[in-house]
Amino acid sequence: MRQIINFILRYKNFLLYLFLLIISLALTIQSHSYHRSKYFNSSNWLTGNIYETTSNITTYFSLGEENKKLVEENKRLRNLLFNQKKEDSIALDTTNITYRVIASQVIKNSYSLPRNYITIKKGSAHGIKPDMGVISANGILGIVENTSKNFATVQSLLNTKSRINAKIKNTNHYGSLVWDTKNYNIVQLADIERLVPIKIGDTIVTGASSSIFPENIPIGVIKNFDLNNSQSSYSIDIRLFNDMAAIKSIYVIENTKRKEIIELEAKTSNDPQ
Amino acid sequence: MIRNSYFINIIRFVLLILVQVLVFNKLNFFGYINPMVYILFLFWYPIKEKRQLFLLLSFLLGFLIDLFSDTFAIHAAATVTIAYLRPTIMRFCFGVNYDFQNFKQTNTTRVQQITFLTLLIIIHHLVFYTLEIFSFENTLLILQKVLTVSLATLILCLLLSSLFSVKKE
Repeated sequence: MRQIINFILRYKNFLLYLFLLIISLALTIQSHSYHRSKYFNSSNWLTGNIYETTSNITTYFSLGEENKKLVEENKRLRNLLFNQKKEDSIALDTTNITYRVIASQVIKNSYSLPRNYITIKKGSAHGIKPDMGVISANGILGIVENTSKNFATVQSLLNTKSRINAKIKNTNHYGSLVWDTKNYNIVQLADIERLVPIKIGDTIVTGASSSIFPENIPIGVIKNFDLNNSQSSYSIDIRLFNDMAAIKSIYVIENTKRKEIIELEAKTSNDPQ
Repeated sequence: MIRNSYFINIIRFVLLILVQVLVFNKLNFFGYINPMVYILFLFWYPIKEKRQLFLLLSFLLGFLIDLFSDTFAIHAAATVTIAYLRPTIMRFCFGVNYDFQNFKQTNTTRVQQITFLTLLIIIHHLVFYTLEIFSFENTLLILQKVLTVSLATLILCLLLSSLFSVKKE
């Protein structure tokens, strides 16, 4: 007994070090599984408020640029609206709306790590929940991972954990979007079979089999492609439409029917065959 | 005098976190170089303070940086490691007499100090990037990142430490 106490006393620094190291390793490894790192992320009160304050100051310097982008987007949407075929009456029945959009702003963005997260200004108090899709005017950004009352963290496209369903525009060939951590403007599209005709410059959009994003939201264009080692599917590099280093205004998309879809899928997979 | 040293360390702690998070984490030089200047806290920290407190403070420092940059606890692990190894590194750099009563960091030569800082930075970055990438297929990538980012961190730390030079302690 005495020896044990002596041992502990002698190595107390080492034991403390070991203890702290194990805590940090446990937190790191635990976070690899989905949705566990609920409290230790930048959507918490302290970091959220500090980021919001600094972002409030720094956004003033890019207001002109940001305005130009928003006007450009408005112009595009107006063009769509004016050229749409007129209907006699516009149905404003809210029960039929599948997607609801919440506007927000980025207060922290990173793109140099293997697992990048974006922190945005609105949280659960504004109706933002985990697993909502996040897009900007040019294309998709990621999926909401954690929320606090006033802030939310978004798992960026540029995250090795991220796998978003995507397809080649105007076809029905689906793959999933992954990132190899090399370049922040280029992501990879996996699982496209070799029989699919593709060429450089083809547009990639979100697929229909995701319950998070609406179909046909632009992602990027094919930069180059290659048949991978097993020679059964392509590895495709995609240049993103978004400049991931400069995003400010974003939209969070809620799929109001997602709950129904998930329940149905759970029921189907639980059914005995 | 003692209270003054506590005060200075608390101010340093807060300022280094803010500077790291709000300025240096956004540099992204060449796409990925973000110097980690908060290591200066461990470089400046008084030698004769209690080691347990020092370990706990280093953990807290790393963990707060982690919270801000959404990196789970990678910074914390790396910082705690260099905090634990600091006495060994000091013995290596300053000779065996570093824990004598009248030893002061300002008495040492510039070369000794730079060696000390370089070792802290390299060990920290090695632990950090190993944990961050977490697979040894990418050993070359780890080494490349460690070398380039260490160099950037070293340069910035030297600049900062000559700006805010330590006179007392």
